[in-house]
Amino acid sequence: MTGLPDPRDLGSPAGRYRMLRLIRGFEELALGLVKSGAITGGIHPYIGQEAVAVGVCAALRPQDRITSTHRGHGHVLAKGAAPDRLLAELLGRTGGLNRGRGGSMHAADFSLGILGANGMVGAGGAIAVGAAWSARQAGEDRVAVAFFGDGALNQGVLLESFNLAAMWRLPVLFVCENNGYATTLPAATSVAGSATGRAAAFGIPAAEVDGMDTEAVRAATAEAVQRASAGGGPGFLECRTYRFEGHHTMERLMKLRYRTPEEIADWRGLDPLPRAAALLPPGLAAQLDASVAEQLAAAQEFALASEHPDPAGALDHLYADGLRPRAGART
Amino acid sequence: MRLSYTKALNRALTDALAEDPAVCVFGEDIGAGLAGPTLNLLDRFGPGRIVDTPLSEQAFTSMAVGAALTGRRPVIEFQIPSLLFLVFEQLVNQAHKFSLMTGGQAGVPLTCLVPGSGSRDGWAGQHSDHPYSLFAHAGMKTVVPATPTDAYGLLRSAIADPDPVVVFAPAAALPVRETVTWELAPIPLGTARIHREGADVTVVAVGHLVHDALAVAEELAPEISVEVFDPRTLHPFDWTALAGSLERTGRLVVVDDSNRSCGIGAEILATAAEEMRLIAPPRRITRPDGAVLPFALPLDRALQPHRDHLRDAVRAVMKPRSRHDEDPAR
Ligand SMILES: Cc1ncc(C[n+]2csc(CCOP(=O)(O)OP(=O)(O)O)c2C)c(N)n1
Ligand SMILES: [Mg+2]
Repeated sequence: MTGLPDPRDLGSPAGRYRMLRLIRGFEELALGLVKSGAITGGIHPYIGQEAVAVGVCAALRPQDRITSTHRGHGHVLAKGAAPDRLLAELLGRTGGLNRGRGGSMHAADFSLGILGANGMVGAGGAIAVGAAWSARQAGEDRVAVAFFGDGALNQGVLLESFNLAAMWRLPVLFVCENNGYATTLPAATSVAGSATGRAAAFGIPAAEVDGMDTEAVRAATAEAVQRASAGGGPGFLECRTYRFEGHHTMERLMKLRYRTPEEIADWRGLDPLPRAAALLPPGLAAQLDASVAEQLAAAQEFALASEHPDPAGALDHLYADGLRPRAGART
Repeated sequence: MRLSYTKALNRALTDALAEDPAVCVFGEDIGAGLAGPTLNLLDRFGPGRIVDTPLSEQAFTSMAVGAALTGRRPVIEFQIPSLLFLVFEQLVNQAHKFSLMTGGQAGVPLTCLVPGSGSRDGWAGQHSDHPYSLFAHAGMKTVVPATPTDAYGLLRSAIADPDPVVVFAPAAALPVRETVTWELAPIPLGTARIHREGADVTVVAVGHLVHDALAVAEELAPEISVEVFDPRTLHPFDWTALAGSLERTGRLVVVDDSNRSCGIGAEILATAAEEMRLIAPPRRITRPDGAVLPFALPLDRALQPHRDHLRDAVRAVMKPRSRHDEDPAR
């Protein structure tokens, strides 16, 4: 198939649609591998929220950096990580992005400015602020983006990081993916005031965006990135979105009733993929779907063929200087 | 040259900043140099690298982690040792874990400096902790220099290290001064220092307690030959040097300003018992289990290791062992 966009190029509607499809397909594939037991521990599926990762990353430049969350596959893929290596990471294989040492919640690719998904809610915010500070110190034009959920809005350290970013006018963009829930806890009953109001209280320009609309997210991000890169300081976006799946794959085994079927159906009606497909010439979406399917089949083949790590190396990389700690048992 | 401990820390920071433009310092009131080690740094290196932070320990520690992940070499000065409890997440759960969790993609060259750790005489429960054992237990590189020369050399190595390092400067060691006739230089982490050689008992002393151990060794010299062993780095610990010392003496007393249970003293005794030459049961002198230092000075002192305890312990390990000596109430 010629004439299709480069799989990592989010510069055109076709490229963005392809990335939405790639993330959706990747998550579906991963869900299957969780179900079969190949992926241990489980994942936090990103299905439904793809427009946020793709819209934001479409407005970023290669030198920009991101920090991500426990629900991070979408961010990591949209910033350009190889799907085959991300899948191998989820499977705990040596060919994984992190050599099988991080798994779903810690996937990182520093060569692409992906400073890691993070298992602690809200932890990425101040790390991104540090990356933004670092870039300014080095005299480099790089913006840092922190993705986080509505649940993180109640982490004190995140609010502290708003203050530091604003005081020091750092090139950082805070992206709140408000999917309405922190696990089972509704944002409506846990966030006093508003998300944007919290950022505004620190003097950070804050906007609310339709997080199911890739183009709207991209436009809002582009504006914030431009401002930050020109020395205008931090920005904040609240992307209203929804996860179509459970909080974590464990939830599939339980019958939790914190969301009504009607609510889920309503949001499914706003699925970002058909909206993005509607912007393409007829037939192109199907072609792109086929190309993604091929890419994912190859990714699965690569990941499942990648080796399991040798238990003798379980503490490899614990120290950057190669220090070998004492073993837990004498042999 | 007469060198104080605090001045040694100041020199180490100054030299590190001058040598490597990636080095920067974060902390509260560091521009004014309130605690001492950062005195005059702002004037010389400017606010771009000497960053006076708001009182947001968690955010500025995280921020330093982010900066360390992206090419900077930050030092954070903490005003109070107990502030480390606020940032346990940022240090132990983030900084320490990045290298392994990313499969070696990222290191976090971050140094945490705690000038005035342990009791400060009259600052009560929330300003008197000495939590170095917690960090050694968590696997963070942990350094407790006893002298100005070591403070200089170990801080320099901590800043140059590719991993996060916590440097505790004990409050009780800050008044120590040395006449320095040698060139100050980096001292590798993980190397112990034998301050005084001895043939009968090895006393492992941590931080400021090295000076108490030296005083007791001098006092006991006519009757007992005491070797004073300063690990300097608690993690990684110089086990080889300790084994060598015990090869000579076969007797061990540890004096450690940690709470007793799970303190580094416990680990030193356990390792010696498992792997090294001991001809008498070892002893340790520590704070009590779960200690909270009370305000009133006699109470504050009552819970810390003391020279009297050390003297008694050294004598006790020298006694020939008989069933008689085993006092179950001990
Ligand atoms: C600091 C912290 N508290 C609790 C948890 C457990 N936990 C993991 S995800 C989650 C919900 C997070 O909600 P939100 O930030 O809205 O992100 P979402 O899952 O909706 O993407 C919780 C409570 C955690 N990982 N970290
Ligand atoms: Mg949420």
